[in-house]
Amino acid sequence: MTGTLVNTTVNGDAVQFACPTDESLLDSLRDRIGLTGVKEGCGTGDCGACSITLDGELVCSCLVLGVEANGREIGTVEGLADGDKLHPLQDQFINNAALQCGICTPGFLVAAKALLDKNNNPTEEEIRYALAGNLCRCTGYDKIVRAVQAASKDLRKKK
Amino acid sequence: MTHDQSFTNQKFKLVGSRVNRPDGVDKVTGRAKYGADAAAPGQLVALFLRSPHAHAKIKKLDTSRAEKLAGVKAVITSADLPDHTNGAQLDVLENCMARDRVLYDGHAVAAVAAIDRETAKKALKLIKVSYEKLPHVTDVDEAMKSDAPLVRENIFTRGVDPKPTKPSNICKVSTFGHGDIEAGFNEADVIIEKSFKTEQTHQGYIEPHACLASVGPDGNGELWVTTQGHYTYRTVCSALLGMDMAKLKVTSSEIGGGFGGKTHVWIEPIALALSRKANRPVKAVMTRDEVFKASGPTCSTSMDIKIGAKKDGTITAGSAHIRYQDGAFRGQWGQLGAMTAFACYDLKNVQSVGYDVLVNRPKVAAYRAPSAPMAAFGVESTVDLVAKAIGMDPVALRIKNAAKEGTRASYGPTYGPIGIGPTLEAAKNHPHMRAKLKKNQGRGMACGFWFNFGGQTCSDINISADGTVNLTLGTVDVGGSRASMSLICAEELGIPYDQVKANIADTSSLGHNDTTEGSRGTFSSGMATIFAAREAIEEMKERAAQTWDIPVEEVEWVEGEARAVGKKNDNLPPLTLKEIAGRAAATGGPIAGHNEVVADGAGVSFASHICDVEVDPETGGTKIIRYTVIQDAGKAINPDYVEGQFQGGAAQGIGWALNEEYIYGDDGRLQNAGFLDYRIPVCSDLPFIDTEILEIPNPNHPYGIRGVGETSIVPPLAAIGNAVSNAAGVRMTHVPMSPPRILKAIEEAAEA
Repeated sequence: MTGTLVNTTVNGDAVQFACPTDESLLDSLRDRIGLTGVKEGCGTGDCGACSITLDGELVCSCLVLGVEANGREIGTVEGLADGDKLHPLQDQFINNAALQCGICTPGFLVAAKALLDKNNNPTEEEIRYALAGNLCRCTGYDKIVRAVQAASKDLRKKK
Repeated sequence: MTHDQSFTNQKFKLVGSRVNRPDGVDKVTGRAKYGADAAAPGQLVALFLRSPHAHAKIKKLDTSRAEKLAGVKAVITSADLPDHTNGAQLDVLENCMARDRVLYDGHAVAAVAAIDRETAKKALKLIKVSYEKLPHVTDVDEAMKSDAPLVRENIFTRGVDPKPTKPSNICKVSTFGHGDIEAGFNEADVIIEKSFKTEQTHQGYIEPHACLASVGPDGNGELWVTTQGHYTYRTVCSALLGMDMAKLKVTSSEIGGGFGGKTHVWIEPIALALSRKANRPVKAVMTRDEVFKASGPTCSTSMDIKIGAKKDGTITAGSAHIRYQDGAFRGQWGQLGAMTAFACYDLKNVQSVGYDVLVNRPKVAAYRAPSAPMAAFGVESTVDLVAKAIGMDPVALRIKNAAKEGTRASYGPTYGPIGIGPTLEAAKNHPHMRAKLKKNQGRGMACGFWFNFGGQTCSDINISADGTVNLTLGTVDVGGSRASMSLICAEELGIPYDQVKANIADTSSLGHNDTTEGSRGTFSSGMATIFAAREAIEEMKERAAQTWDIPVEEVEWVEGEARAVGKKNDNLPPLTLKEIAGRAAATGGPIAGHNEVVADGAGVSFASHICDVEVDPETGGTKIIRYTVIQDAGKAINPDYVEGQFQGGAAQGIGWALNEEYIYGDDGRLQNAGFLDYRIPVCSDLPFIDTEILEIPNPNHPYGIRGVGETSIVPPLAAIGNAVSNAAGVRMTHVPMSPPRILKAIEEAAEA
């Protein structure tokens, strides 16, 4: 393997890895840094299971190259909780039974947080469209939308 | 010890409450480990070479250049696998790796294991295959014609007399029913005959098939795999590869969706074979393209339905001829479809005939209530047409003919207490039925049935010295069963829910459990958990009796503690589970309860769905406006997750009804093997899905449990079909009702 050195920040920590130039950031995160909370459902940007933030923007990490992460800030599901305190979205996903198999959950949480960071009081329709890039095959989305509504309420109360 | 499995109508303290799942934190933090999340030191990467043809002879297969590539540690073709000619597992093996012929686009022909993905990719390119293309057939009706290309050359139709002398693509004809259908149709005032088609869909689990296999030269092996049935995978893989069953330890990872598609082996035996050959761990993960092409979607179908009724709504006869394609390997999907077709109704004269047909498509696997949604689409659409023809409300017509306790089911048995009538009454009385509809909107409803399964199950309960309890299960947790099993365990023992920790055992740590399919998990593992807990209680009563030095008959177990019964024992304070556990070392050693059972008597399940749609007459696009699921759960252990099953099944049915389909080109190749072109419902496609849980206890389960996972996918095709037909003013007979099909139907109706 001919690797390129990448210096990046993942969930606030400085991280260094080497990868081939054609490797996806998804593979780098999973196979080189061990962040297997980032899931691969399709590898073509259609399912959102690999959702992360890159400099605060929501992206599918399967559509980003590992080398593109150089000098950037990455956020994954592993960085959502504050120490032993879960993020309100994480709490409300559990409380609302918003996951069944759970494979899509990390992507949904990252996408929902990206929404709530920009809009702390989204309508049901805004939630549904913000999460339309994330596929869930178990829940029919009902309890996911309710969890995001509950979390947005919690976040507003906090402020 | 044998236990009584009869329903007892006990009052519950915990069962029926909404609790958080014990694996929740792992799953919202990314810590939960799924199929592709495991790694082993020195692991190799496996990749598969797959057929680009729908049907072809493999004339030459040369792997020599790939084998010589630096970094390649093993290459496998069918020649490297044990010979199962005439054996029971031949079809399974041939699907995992083609022998002389490839039978569908995506059929595996070779696999490599290399030090990394790049090397494995290069190696695949160095494998030379020369094919001789053969005629192919992918449509079920085409495949049944006498001049159709033969998918296999050794298939002689079963279930017909006399036995055919010529091979065909029809594997099996299955006939069910009773009465005299000709006489029944003669009694009818109205007869509706209609043909329907449904296209092939995929379960669409978000997690692709993935495993980590490790086999040593000593014959010991381990398989970490995403599966609904790790014991079944052990049975099949060890048989295919000639391994000793006990020496292959299979661990089920967290499973990222299965819906029936993870009940069969696909890449796993080959990963084990590669590992054995390379003597290194091998990781194999399917791409999404491979999942669509080479795992096990459900059937496409074609059917003719005929129903006759009197003017008062009495159905006098029903018949169904239903044709299901099984892919390139024999299945029983047409048979199951024929069994379910008329199961909702109490009919004097009924006949259903199912055909299982081979085509050049991937092997069909189970998909949530397999075969039932398609048959229900045909029958429930025709029931609506009958209602229209006699001018009767469709719900009233269904209520008039609904099966009830004592009804002889169209597929043979006589029903016990069942929920079809109550779900229909609930539908009739639901406010959804009275909601106003706007322009271009329509309402439809439909019923659905599923058998539910039981089967081999065992569970262990081990009580720790501090009084916390390990519950060890062998049914895979596909969607929250650790929570419901913990509730049941805590209920029986009389302790708080969070005092129980449920684990899913690997195949070396607990006896055989059948695959988690047929909605059997809660029914059968629930039963084994109850009985195991009762054995642990008996043991704890013994320990208490010993401590108190009284006969065990004078000890009872109430609210998590042993109490001495009778006046003379008044001076003995109760011993809690925790106290008994703490003294276990001095009273006879560890305290455990076990149960092994063949869980019989799974209760059949029924549902009624109501759906409102809006059809855009310009585009043919359909929007689901409102959706209500009413289903009999028997007993809802953890209602949040029962609702989740109702909603999830409805959403899958909505996708099937409106969008999802396998599209094959004239070349027999799949044209839409990805989530972009095979579009499953997304969040913005759906409304909230209302649910109503009915509880009609199953008499054959101590808690009345039936099983809830599958029935919810059965009514949506027909409910939406009826709603779209009412909204657009034209009868839809082909699923999915995608915009082009709806537009075409509207235009044809306008021309007529």
